[in-house]
Amino acid sequence: MTHSSTAGAPASGRSAPGDTDPGVIRNFCIIAHIDHGKSTLADRMLQITGVVDDRSMRAQYLDRMDIERERGITIKSQAVRLPFAAADGREHVLNLIDTPGHVDFTYEVSRSLAACEGAVLLVDAAQGIEAQTLANLYLALENDLQVIPVLNKIDLPAAQPEKYAAELAHIIGCHPDDVHKVSAKTGEGVEDLMQTIVDVIPAPMGDADAPARAMIFDSVYDTYRGVVTYVRVVDGRIGTRDRISMMSTGTVHELLEVGVISPEPSPASGLGVGEVGYLITGVKDVRQSRVGDTITTVTKGATEPLGGYRDPKPMVFSGLYPIDGSDYPILRDALDRLKLNDAALQYEPETSVALGFGFRCGFLGLLHLEIVRERLEREFDLDLISTAPNVIYTVQMEDGNEIVVTNPSEFPEGKVALVTEPVVKATVILPSEFVGTVMELCQNRRGSLLGMDYLSEDRVEMRYMLPMAEIVFDFFDQLKSRTRGYASLDYEPSGEQTADLVKVDILLHGDPVDAFSAIVHKDKAYTYGVAMAQKLRELIPRQQFEVPIQAAIGSRIIARETIRAIRKDVLAKCYGGDVSRKRKLLEKQKEGKKRMKMVGRVEVPQEAFIAALSTSEAPAKK
Amino acid sequence: MSEPLSLYVHVPFCSSRCGYCDFNTYTASELGDGVDRASFHTHLASEIAMAARTLAPSYQVDTVFFGGGTPTLIGASALCDLLARIRDEFDVAANVEVTTEANPDSVDPQMLEELVTGGFTRISIGMQSVAPHVLATLERTHTPGASSTVAIAARAAGFDHVNLDLIYGTPTESNDDVHRSLDEVLDAGVDHVSAYSLIVEDGTALARRVARGEIAEPDDDVAAERYELIDDRLSHSGLRWYEVSNWSTPGSECRHNLAYWRNRDWWGVGPGAHSHQAGRRWWNVKHPRTYAARVSAGMSPAEGHEETTPEQQRLERLMMGLRVREGVLANEVECPQSAVLDLVERGLVEVEPAHEPAARIVLTRRGRLLADAVARELAVISDAPSGLDAPTAKQANPT
Repeated sequence: MTHSSTAGAPASGRSAPGDTDPGVIRNFCIIAHIDHGKSTLADRMLQITGVVDDRSMRAQYLDRMDIERERGITIKSQAVRLPFAAADGREHVLNLIDTPGHVDFTYEVSRSLAACEGAVLLVDAAQGIEAQTLANLYLALENDLQVIPVLNKIDLPAAQPEKYAAELAHIIGCHPDDVHKVSAKTGEGVEDLMQTIVDVIPAPMGDADAPARAMIFDSVYDTYRGVVTYVRVVDGRIGTRDRISMMSTGTVHELLEVGVISPEPSPASGLGVGEVGYLITGVKDVRQSRVGDTITTVTKGATEPLGGYRDPKPMVFSGLYPIDGSDYPILRDALDRLKLNDAALQYEPETSVALGFGFRCGFLGLLHLEIVRERLEREFDLDLISTAPNVIYTVQMEDGNEIVVTNPSEFPEGKVALVTEPVVKATVILPSEFVGTVMELCQNRRGSLLGMDYLSEDRVEMRYMLPMAEIVFDFFDQLKSRTRGYASLDYEPSGEQTADLVKVDILLHGDPVDAFSAIVHKDKAYTYGVAMAQKLRELIPRQQFEVPIQAAIGSRIIARETIRAIRKDVLAKCYGGDVSRKRKLLEKQKEGKKRMKMVGRVEVPQEAFIAALSTSEAPAKK
Repeated sequence: MSEPLSLYVHVPFCSSRCGYCDFNTYTASELGDGVDRASFHTHLASEIAMAARTLAPSYQVDTVFFGGGTPTLIGASALCDLLARIRDEFDVAANVEVTTEANPDSVDPQMLEELVTGGFTRISIGMQSVAPHVLATLERTHTPGASSTVAIAARAAGFDHVNLDLIYGTPTESNDDVHRSLDEVLDAGVDHVSAYSLIVEDGTALARRVARGEIAEPDDDVAAERYELIDDRLSHSGLRWYEVSNWSTPGSECRHNLAYWRNRDWWGVGPGAHSHQAGRRWWNVKHPRTYAARVSAGMSPAEGHEETTPEQQRLERLMMGLRVREGVLANEVECPQSAVLDLVERGLVEVEPAHEPAARIVLTRRGRLLADAVARELAVISDAPSGLDAPTAKQANPT
C-alpha cells in the first residue's frame, strides 16, 4: 500500500474532490418520517457549512420537484458534500446522502443506507417515532450503521423531549442522555450534532489499490445532461478518463463527467475510496444505470460486484386512462418521459370497455402510484381516471395452466385450482388506546398478529401479516380515521399465500363493466357486490329503459339493483322568451352526451365512472 | 305580400309574487321609485311605434298576446288603448287573435266586456288547481272556484276562446286533487287547457323552501303519471293535445303560441321581452325602470341579441317542432332513416303518413314526455356526418 486508506491510519487531511483522505470523510444519511424535519435539518447544515449562503437559501433546498416541495417529502435522493471544520481544527468532508422517506421506496432507502457508515435518526419531539422510521432504523442497524438519535422541533410548545428521548433510548438501546435535542428550524444544537457525526461515525474503509467498485444509490434523468448517476466509491478510484461498466448487465459507457454536489454539481478529476459523487455517461434512461448496481472500470475491472442488487419489482397495478380519449397519445408520451427517471415504473397499453384506451401501470406501492399520477396530471396537463389498485395474483387452473393476473378482468374463467396472492409484514405504531380498533381492522382485512411491543407506556408497535391486496384497498385511510390520524404504517413484501379468492364482475344491463371487476376474498364478495351495485345505481342517470345492475361471480348473480326507466325528460314550457335558453340547455346536454361512455346500450357519464372508482380507491396520503 | 307577424306585449306587474314564479314581473314594493304602473302603457306604446317603424310595411299582424305579469292589473282601458295603437301602426289581419292573460282575482264581468268590445278575442286564466293546499304551496292568492267563474263569465262576455292554466306535480298534490281540478275545468266548458308540471326555478322562493327541506322536490315519475291522467281526461272530453303542454277543441289552438313553435317572426314589446326575426333573436332590458328610461329617450330597449347559426336554427326547429302535434318534416331533420326507425321502434315517435315524401315525425304520448331526449337524439345523430365519420370515410376512399 502506497498510502493510507483506512480510518485507523493517520489522516493526511487531503480534502479536494477526487483526492480526499478517507479519514476525513463521514458518509451519513438522515432517517426521518415525512414531516419530522429532515429537509429543514439538511438546509441548516448547508448554511452552517457555508455551501449555501443565507441569501440564496430557499427552504428545503434539496427537494427539487414541486410535488416534493408541496408535500414536504423527498422522492429522489441526492448527495451533498459539506466541508466541515471539526473541533480538532481539521477540515472534514461530510457527505449527506438524502433518502426517500416512504414505504414504497424501501429498496432505494436500503441502497442509500448501504452508501453510508452512519445515520442520524431524526424524530419529531412532539410526535415520537413513526412506523416507517422504525422500519428504516432496522434497515440501518442491519447495515451496521452507527446511529445517532436526534429529537427535532424542541422549540415547539407541544414537544415532549423527555418522553421521546426515553422512547428512542429504549428502541436503540442507548441512554436517554445520548439523544441529541435540536431545532432544525432555529438551528439550535445542529452544529453540536455535526461534531458528533465527525466523532462517532466511522470513516469509510476501502482498498484504494483494488479494482474500482462503486455502488449506484440513485439515478436521475436530467433533460440537459441525460442520466445523472449517484455513486459511493467503495474500492479503487474512478477517474474522468475511465470507461466504466455496469456489472449487472456488462454494458460499457464512456464517462463524460465525474463530480460532487456541493450543493450544485461541480466536476472533479475523479472519485476515490469513500467518496460520494455523480457520474454522467450520456445514457438517456435510468434503466441503464440501476440503483444497487456496481460500477467498475473496464480496464483492470473488478470481477465481484458489491452485494445487494435487486431489480425493481412492481407490487401494485392500476389502469390509467385519459378522461378525454384524444389525450391518449399525450399520456403515452408522458409515461415514456417519466420512465426515463423512474426505473420502477412499468406500463403497457390496455383497452377498457368502460374507460377506452389507457395503460395498465405497475408501481412499487400506493404512494408511487399517486406520485406518478399526480406528475402526469400536473406536468403534462392530463385529466386521468385510475382504476382501483390491485396486486398480482397467480392462478393455477385444474388443467395445470398457471396464469399471472395483473388486471382483475383477466382473471380466468373455468376451473380454478388455486389462487395465490402476495402478503406483507406490516408494522403499525399507535397510541395504546387504539389497539382494539386497529386489531379489529386488521382482522377484517384477513391479517394475523405476529407480535406486539410497548415502545413506551402509551405507544405500541403491532406487527401483522396481511394480504397486500387488503392494504392497497383503503387500508391506510381506515387506519388513520380509526386512530384519529395517530397511527403510522410500514410494510414490506413477505412472500405469497394461497387464498379463497374470487372475481366479482359488475354487469350493467347484462354487460360486464371491466373497470369494476375486482378480485376479492370469497367472504367479502357479497359485500363488495352490493356496495358497488348500490353506488352505481346512484351514479348512473336513469335511461329510457330499466337497467339492472348485477354483481356476479362467474354466472352466479350475488347482488342486484335496478335503475328505473326515466319517464319524463321534457321542459313544461317553451314559448318565445324560452327559445334561446332552452336551445342552450339542449346544446349543453348534447355536449354532455359526448362525454358519455356506452356500456352496451347504457349511457354512462364519465363522471359516474370517476366517482365510482375514486371512492373505492384510496391512495396513501401522508 | 306581407309576412305574418305576432306581437307579444309584456306587462311586468303583479299584485303579489307566487312562490314558484321566476318571470320578469314586479310587485308594487319590488318595483321601487321611478316607474309608474298607471302610465307604464305609454312606454309600451312607444315601443309598438318603434316596432312599426322597423317592420310595418312588410308585415301583417295576425296575433297579439298580452302576457306578464298580470296584464289585467293595468286595466281594460289601457289594454284596449295599446291594441288600438297596434291597429294604428300596423296592418292588422281581419281575423286577428288577441289574447290577454288574467288572474281570477284581477278581472270582473265589466272588465271582460270592455276587453271584448276593445277587440280581445281570447283570454287565458291562471287557475293552477282547485285544491286549497296546492294553491297555498304555490302561494297563489285566488280562491278555489274563482277561475271557473271567470272562465264562464268570459264566455258570456263574448270571448271566442277561453283557456285555463293548470299546474300539476306540486309536492302537496294528490291524483285526486288533479281529478277535481279537471272536473272543474271541464265543467267550465273552456275550449283550451294548458297544463304545466311544476318546475322549481333557481332563485325562486319555492327553490329556497325545497333547499331548506320545507317542501319535497317535485317527482318526475309522479309528474309523468299526472300528465297521462290529464291527457286521458282531456282527450276523452274532446280537448286534444296539439302541443306537449296544450290541449284544445279543434280550431281553438292558440295561434300566437303556434307562431313560436313554427319559428315564425314575432316582436316582443316590454321589459325583458324576446323577439325573433329571420334567425336573429334579441331581448329587452329587464327592469321596467331601465326600460322606461330607454324608450322615453327614443332609444331601443334591446339589451342583447344573437344571430343563430344554421346549426342552431336546425336545433331550434327540432326542439320546437317536435313539441307540436304537426311534428317536423322527416326530410327536414336531416338524420338517417335508421335513427327515426329506432325511435319508432322504441315507441317514442310515429311517422305520419309513413313512407311518404311529406312524412312528418310526430311524438307519441310516451315521446311527448321524453320530447327533449328525442330532440337531442335527432340532433346528435345528424351531427355525425360532419363530425367523426367524415375523415374516416375520406381516408377509406382516396379517390
